Amino acid sequence: MSISTRRAHPPNDSPDYQSSRLRAPKQPLRVLPGRLGELTAPLLAGETVGALDNDLTRQHDAEPLGERITISGRVLDEDGDPVSGALIEVWQANAAGRYAHRSDQHPAPLDPNFSGAGRCLTDADGGYRFVTIKPGAYPWRNHPNAWRPAHVHFSVFSPAFAQRLVTQMYFPGDPLFGQDPIFNAVSGDDAGQRLVARWSLELTEPEWSLGFAWDIVVAGREATPLDDDAPG
Amino acid sequence: MGATGILMTLGLTPSQTVGPFLAIGLTWADGPAVVPAGSPGAIRISGQVFDGTGSPVPDAIIETWQADAQGRFAHPDDPRPDSTSTFRGFGRCATDDEGVYAIVTVKPGPLPTGDGRTEAPHIDVSIFARGLLDRLVTRIYFPDEPEANGDDPLLRSLPQSERDTLIAVFDGENLRFDIRLQGPDETAFFEL
Repeated sequence: MSISTRRAHPPNDSPDYQSSRLRAPKQPLRVLPGRLGELTAPLLAGETVGALDNDLTRQHDAEPLGERITISGRVLDEDGDPVSGALIEVWQANAAGRYAHRSDQHPAPLDPNFSGAGRCLTDADGGYRFVTIKPGAYPWRNHPNAWRPAHVHFSVFSPAFAQRLVTQMYFPGDPLFGQDPIFNAVSGDDAGQRLVARWSLELTEPEWSLGFAWDIVVAGREATPLDDDAPG
Repeated sequence: MGATGILMTLGLTPSQTVGPFLAIGLTWADGPAVVPAGSPGAIRISGQVFDGTGSPVPDAIIETWQADAQGRFAHPDDPRPDSTSTFRGFGRCATDDEGVYAIVTVKPGPLPTGDGRTEAPHIDVSIFARGLLDRLVTRIYFPDEPEANGDDPLLRSLPQSERDTLIAVFDGENLRFDIRLQGPDETAFFEL
């Protein structure tokens, strides 16, 4: 399998992102040829995913505060083929920009009606859909007066270990992009824009919620390694 | 797409860091139990994740993927006709305040490479953490397999010092596999 996912991913050695300085490996990455263990991955379609697990606004007695939104799209491989049965997990801050996590010290209110986690499985067309509220921006200490653009964390399992992806989805037109070292660690405007959802009239529900469309593209897959007699 | 490798039509979605609050979205109660504790042949593999100063990393998460004890995957792309494994093969454990993770699993069998060679028993590992914009990939090999490790194509491709970082060590009846993100004994990491 000739997957070279590195061409899209930001380098771990990105010193503008302060947290990377003591954590990014300094030695060059070695090549792991894609063999059986890299072509396969856990099949998690059988994992229990509740019918409401993709609706972050209905996990408590009352609705969370914030702008109600739908985020929907497809998981595709780079050949355009849908990835069905993929487990997607999301997590995010609340509308005030605060995570329901003991380590989040941002003095913004917690929302008792928002936990901020959801999951779903992609359908036969690779489609997924989450209902949530728009997360707030929040400050962090990367540099003076640093603020993260609003984002939702996405984790995607695909049928190959080599395709595993964890990323963040951003919202269009965010004024904070220019000073965010995490977003800007992605080289090339095109690649960066692939992290930004598109406002969608189709996904916007009248008198109810805004809609955002975002497709996720994971590495393609080729023949099984046992069919391939090239030395690795 | 076939083996010709043409017509890459869609740009890949870049990765981003899991950030410090990954536990909200990624923690599973049964994540560390690749097999239930007490299962026949169950082994415990634990270790610490360290940063470049040798400090533990308390906000990482480790994911493991492996074959069953016979070297089979519960996956349609395992092309061997007798692959009837139902083994989940997947483990996931966030590090604690001391940077410690642990999984309970079984030792996997060796794997064919497709060109007549054999990969020594091993576990593929992904590491995610704040400060890592992309996951890190490494492998756990087993200390009681000196011969198989000596013939393993991936280990053979590495200098001895890096090879040593991939082989777990005995810790009583359990195995220990520490991960050093940076520094003099930096773990060998891979790109796919």
